[in-house]
Amino acid sequence: MRVPLDWLREYAEVPDGTTGTQVAADLVRVGLEEEGLHGGDVQGPLVVGRVLEMTPEEQKNGKTINWCQVDVGAANGTGEPQGIVCGAHNFAAGDLVVVILPGGVLPGNFQISARKTYGHVSAGMICSSLELGLGSDHDGIIVLTDWLGARAEGLQPGQDAIPLLGLDRETVEVNVTPDRGYCFSLRGIAREYSHSTGAAYRDPALVRVVDGQERELTAPAATPDGFPVELQDEAPLDGAVGCDRFVTRIVRGLDPQAQTPAWMATRLTEAGMRPISLAVDVSNYVMLAVGQPTHAYDLAKVTGPIVVRRARPGEKLTTLDDVERTLDPEDLLITDGGETVLGLAGVMGGASSEVSESTTDVLIEAAHFDPRTVARTSRRHRLSSEASKRFERGVDPELAPQAAQLMVELMVELGGGAADPAVTDAGQVSQPEPITFDPSMPTRYVGVDYTVDRVRELLETIGCTVTAGADGILTVTPPTWRPDLLTGPDLVEEVARIDGYDKIPSVLPTAPGGRGLTHAQRVRRTVAAALAGQGLDEVLTYPFVGDSRFDDLGLAADDQRRHAVRLANPLSDEAPLMRTELLQTLPDALRRNLGRGAKDVALFEIDTVTHPDLARKAPVPGVGVKPDDAVLEEIRAAVPHQPLHVALVAAGHSERAGWWGPGRTTDVTDMVGWAHAICDAVGVVVERLQTEREPFHPGRCVELALADGTTVGWAGELHPKVVKALGVPERTVAAELDLDVLIAASDRRAQGAPLSNHPPAGSDIALTVPRSVSFGDVQESVRAGAGDLLESVQLFDVYRGDQIGEDQQSLAFHLLFRAPDRTLTTEEVNTARDAAVARAATDHGAVQR
Amino acid sequence: MPRRRPGTRSRQPFRRGDAGRLRLGRVSGPNTNYDPVEVSALDPAVIEENVTDALAAITAAASLEELKAARIAHAGEKSPLALANREIGALPPSAKAEAGKRVGQARGQVNQALATRQTELEAERDERILVEEAMDLTVRPDRRPFGHRHPLTLTAERMADVMVGMGWEIAEGPGVEAEWFNFDALNFDKDHPARQMQDTFFVDPADAGIVLRTHTSPGQARSLLERGAPLYVAVPGKTFRTDELDATHTPVFHQMEGLAVDEGLTMAHLRGTLDRLASELFGEGLKTRLRPAYFPFTEPSAEMDFQCFVCRGLPTAAPCRTCGGTGWIEWGGCGMVNHNVLRACGVDPERYQGFAFGMGVERSLMFRNHLADMREIIEGDVRFNAQFGMEI
Repeated sequence: MRVPLDWLREYAEVPDGTTGTQVAADLVRVGLEEEGLHGGDVQGPLVVGRVLEMTPEEQKNGKTINWCQVDVGAANGTGEPQGIVCGAHNFAAGDLVVVILPGGVLPGNFQISARKTYGHVSAGMICSSLELGLGSDHDGIIVLTDWLGARAEGLQPGQDAIPLLGLDRETVEVNVTPDRGYCFSLRGIAREYSHSTGAAYRDPALVRVVDGQERELTAPAATPDGFPVELQDEAPLDGAVGCDRFVTRIVRGLDPQAQTPAWMATRLTEAGMRPISLAVDVSNYVMLAVGQPTHAYDLAKVTGPIVVRRARPGEKLTTLDDVERTLDPEDLLITDGGETVLGLAGVMGGASSEVSESTTDVLIEAAHFDPRTVARTSRRHRLSSEASKRFERGVDPELAPQAAQLMVELMVELGGGAADPAVTDAGQVSQPEPITFDPSMPTRYVGVDYTVDRVRELLETIGCTVTAGADGILTVTPPTWRPDLLTGPDLVEEVARIDGYDKIPSVLPTAPGGRGLTHAQRVRRTVAAALAGQGLDEVLTYPFVGDSRFDDLGLAADDQRRHAVRLANPLSDEAPLMRTELLQTLPDALRRNLGRGAKDVALFEIDTVTHPDLARKAPVPGVGVKPDDAVLEEIRAAVPHQPLHVALVAAGHSERAGWWGPGRTTDVTDMVGWAHAICDAVGVVVERLQTEREPFHPGRCVELALADGTTVGWAGELHPKVVKALGVPERTVAAELDLDVLIAASDRRAQGAPLSNHPPAGSDIALTVPRSVSFGDVQESVRAGAGDLLESVQLFDVYRGDQIGEDQQSLAFHLLFRAPDRTLTTEEVNTARDAAVARAATDHGAVQR
Repeated sequence: MPRRRPGTRSRQPFRRGDAGRLRLGRVSGPNTNYDPVEVSALDPAVIEENVTDALAAITAAASLEELKAARIAHAGEKSPLALANREIGALPPSAKAEAGKRVGQARGQVNQALATRQTELEAERDERILVEEAMDLTVRPDRRPFGHRHPLTLTAERMADVMVGMGWEIAEGPGVEAEWFNFDALNFDKDHPARQMQDTFFVDPADAGIVLRTHTSPGQARSLLERGAPLYVAVPGKTFRTDELDATHTPVFHQMEGLAVDEGLTMAHLRGTLDRLASELFGEGLKTRLRPAYFPFTEPSAEMDFQCFVCRGLPTAAPCRTCGGTGWIEWGGCGMVNHNVLRACGVDPERYQGFAFGMGVERSLMFRNHLADMREIIEGDVRFNAQFGMEI
């Protein structure tokens, strides 16, 4: 909401000299946040100038500039013409223009000085409306006879142009929260300003100031001959009828040529609305002044009666924005005689009954519509208007006759017509419900000691009627313009707000003492720290993907991972799905880093992924009531499973070359090692199963699994096709693990065992096995065969070559034995070693070399 | 003691270098008829001469190798003094003592000198090796790249830690959330403008009742339903709005929600909690400011600002660039939990009162660590992380 200060002053006694900044600060205190300040930021000298000569000069860059001599009167101190370079061409010698002289400042703190340009010293600037912050038109400079019309007569060169153009006027823009619909008006803003500062307030719905004199705004009572209006509603929403008040007034004999006066046009413009025609402008002016949307119909085009009713299924309406809309039975309509649809109630009018250039008699509507009905219609048709914005937030139901009266008076005064004595005031508005209010509640909620008297005073300040019962409990009836005040806490906020939030003390509450971070939270931190310690960088990528990414990753058509949660309104149609694995988006970060010149990049991301469920819908049972357990369970069950994952991707070097020696390219062993580092970090032992899985190289991928077979994840090298499709370097390696599995597996108290102080004894064996046997399987057999004395086994060499069969491989293991209670004898070690070899022989046909 | 196998003994060739020149007078053979005085090896002058030669050789030894040669020549088994010593046995008992003493002293003197020189030369060698082994380490050997945590997750963890320090617990909730938890449970009526202002991502079909959570506030409802009152819980997490990415907006961002429900909690407690959090994150003694606002899930509601940690609202020569000269930095929203939220979660609003707050983690990071562009937080450029340590 834009608040022109000049307009605000009409309704609130703003002290002289108060700046926009000060008013904004005053409004913030009562909850109207500053969104911006407009105007007041041009510093002179800004004067009227008359162009005496203009000489077009073509420049090397193909542009033509005008070298002008401009009469600025005595404003430049010499009275001599001012030489100014101007790039615009929409003026001629003799025109009156706006000139800023050296020393002046334009909006944006743009300091003007005499400067050399295009071979001349340009001593100032001829201004456009854009440069002055008066509009967005930069097609040319302001020619005052066009800009001011008749007001340009009699202007003299050198005259101060700041007040002339209203540049001394300030407008404060504030954000109005959804509960304060009444603040979408100067009436509401001025009232809040008064609450904040104590300034005297004049309610524009009750009083007008005309020629400096206050005059009561008195709406006449309804007459039997008022324009016929029928309010119908066979299907009220939640028991609220669509329209509970409909006031009509008629003004006849308007001069169709009558213009909107400059003062009103200025106010509308400053408030952010474009002046259009007198009838429309007066309607908008009344809405901005008091907050009541009104509508003016061409009386000649309405036969009557006005029937307000819900739409019929399939009914259509072309709205003022030239869109034909199919209506919904919940939409509330204003109709002529029940058949011709004049408009969507509270949202937008139709084209048929619009006021035109030939209209002389107008029918004025000021109505009160159900907020929910208007909100739904506005949402359904994606049609938000100044009217709907106000109605869906709640308009003062007592306002309609007053607003209609204000509109009538202005139409008569400005359009030369006469008010018709016939007045309609149909419908029955409900009065605000009194709230039973314990006056100790504000103190209990806010922690400030408010006396009962203070509570009453503050509530009365905002317009409530307060009565006290014998038990001290108050009965508080909110004012009609505060439909948001419904409960005790609503009143508490008013007490605290008007008394001042800055009076609330700071008291640290004593929580009962928590259990610290959960195991899952600690695992997440530990894994992240471990990976960073291993040389990987944590990144965050957006979770949105498209089907094409699944193709890039080589996922088969029936791969579960293609089955993803889809967004109804994605930011990009290219990425409407929620990723089912982190590796679907993490490579983007790798590519970005490489694209920016990084060479050795190792990244990880920890986040949830989304597994869609079986197209279940979640009930949405509404506010303020706890759903029963079955419904709650249904809601919870419909939320997709979102396990926590960690994914890694790396390319380049894991050890760099440099003055210290050679480096080493990151390869799949690094990645499998990092995957293990994650498990080691949380003390979970995993097994490895050579496997094939997209997006990995079919021969370079390992599945990590718990002892019970539960999959933890996969690590490997990306498939060459995937590398190509993703545009990442060859041999890029990656891994993805389910952290939830590791969290569950590590959620136990690890048990320590005493360490043996006896010396270890080593023994090496070389086993020849067919190449089809995996290293891991041989190692497992060796481990199993070696028995309890085996402390560790390490595969330290692999030989494939001439000395053994073509399909054979020789695996050299180093076995380390240790007993807890004694030094092992050579015989014991040899026996265990032989058992290991024997087991490998049995399991895999291994032959010791 | 392991027995040394034959053949493994060191076979240092006996060298006759300068230092090992034999001064043997006359080698005595087995002789039963000798005169000890005639045994020239035991002649004091000869011994004296041998000692002098030995000491000279030892002193002259410039390396451990040379010293070793000198040792063999002058103290080895075949050195003159060793041979002289051997002759003693043949002497008549009357002469043994004196000769023994003389030879013993001489050998002692030589051994002493050897030991001293050995120590000196070893020290020299050790010193030389250190010099030879010196490396220039003035250029960082970044052989292994060092990784980093992301500053945003570190900030969220720091915020969570402050809450844990106050005795709160940390909870999580799903990013893809039931519409009821995201809105209705929090008193966002289906037709209320506030619900439309959230720029919500809806899961297809749009009536599925599932959204991407627009705030971490559903964590309030989930925690209350699961654990009931009293409750002190903070919920950091990822949130979504249909904003295009620019310097100050991102469709995916992070918040931390705080919820305390207990008997007798007031807005003063809310403020006390926020003051502590601001203090811990942005600077000791920083205060927060509450401004009246509106949120469906709180009543009374407030916007919260924290005091600018650069200017603290004190007058400055030029307008403070951190807060724009206002002295305050917007942080988030807060208030007393709306009765409808408590009711929706099965908590009796007549018995329990609560406060809640929520703030952006990105915003906290940007102000705390002086970042101007939100895009850097989400782009995943490792240079961004590298500006920060693992504890920011």
